[in-house]
Amino acid sequence: METGTAPQPDSTEPDRTKPDVPLGDYLTVRVSRGKGPENRYEEFQVPRRENQTVLDIVTWIQRNADPALSYRFACRVGVCGSCAMTVNGKPRWTCRTHVSKVIGKERSLTIEPLRNLPRIKDLAADMSAFFEKWQQAGGRFAGKTDRTGPLARIDPESPGRKAVDAGIECINCAVCYSACDVVTWDEDYLGPAALNRAWTLVNDERHAEKRETMKKVSAAGGCHSCHSHGSCVEHCPIGLNPTAGIAGLKRRSVLQTFRLSGEK
Amino acid sequence: MAMNRRTSNTHPGAWAALGHRLSGLALILFLPFHFLVLGLALEDAEALDGFLRLTDMPLVKIAEWGLVMLLALHLSFGLRVLVLEFLPWRDSRKGLILAGSLGAVAVGAVFAAQILVL
Repeated sequence: METGTAPQPDSTEPDRTKPDVPLGDYLTVRVSRGKGPENRYEEFQVPRRENQTVLDIVTWIQRNADPALSYRFACRVGVCGSCAMTVNGKPRWTCRTHVSKVIGKERSLTIEPLRNLPRIKDLAADMSAFFEKWQQAGGRFAGKTDRTGPLARIDPESPGRKAVDAGIECINCAVCYSACDVVTWDEDYLGPAALNRAWTLVNDERHAEKRETMKKVSAAGGCHSCHSHGSCVEHCPIGLNPTAGIAGLKRRSVLQTFRLSGEK
Repeated sequence: MAMNRRTSNTHPGAWAALGHRLSGLALILFLPFHFLVLGLALEDAEALDGFLRLTDMPLVKIAEWGLVMLLALHLSFGLRVLVLEFLPWRDSRKGLILAGSLGAVAVGAVFAAQILVL
């Protein structure tokens, strides 16, 4: 008879029950440096540790090798969405990206600022366009009542609420925006995060401005610009699926155009 | 301000999109010749027969096979986008890509077999 066994830890995951021990070797790290359009690469030798994230590497460089290195982080636990960078060519949240998973056979790291956003300095990208587009997509919630009104009763099993739940945990790290090739081609494209936010709003029973939100995401640069490559899904660090939300917006937009939707 | 625009997307969705686009561009290049031959059918039967005799050459047969493959790829990757965007969402992005690619290969294999048999 088969007996139950405790789940075994993934062998690729570092054992977090052990102290973070130095491994006695060094990692070659290339870091993109410069202000604005400048770009040059500087190489650092960083001591390897058993439990080490890419953000730990960047922090080590700034504290031990070059205090002038600029980068952005806050929570270090994958909640604030501020530490995203390009690591070996892929956009990643650096605080939850273990070095062992990304160094590959060459055992080297190249760290650059996020793609599709202008650089401020070194690894810090200017996120203004990303957040402005979030607003352009109608991302601000407008309630149907004020705080003195009764609480809305939402069925957690309703299709609308399930659609909201699937997309609501976005941390606005801009990894999807950086991964998206359509953002690269079309600077007016709102991008996956802003459209994902709009999708959660148009499915929220409490949102009073669904029509306005749909109008904004159906305009030029909105949901119809998406090519459904799925790069946002591939790279989203928390496993959201903006492509599904954008497809939902496209369907809803087409139905509204032909007045086939009962949506008010 | 300048920014990094170099893509590193190598996942199946990016390849499918590239395949869809490149096959479409190749078909655009073919279309003028297609219309030229259709024009011959209306204007000059002898010239048309002369051209159709060319299609018996092995090289032209291989080109025809390439054309069929391009059409099948473009159709399957185009249907993939329509399914994703207009049918209720299901998590089948990569399944659709695989099915479309296999479908295109199957069409190509059938066409190649037909050429070899005839």
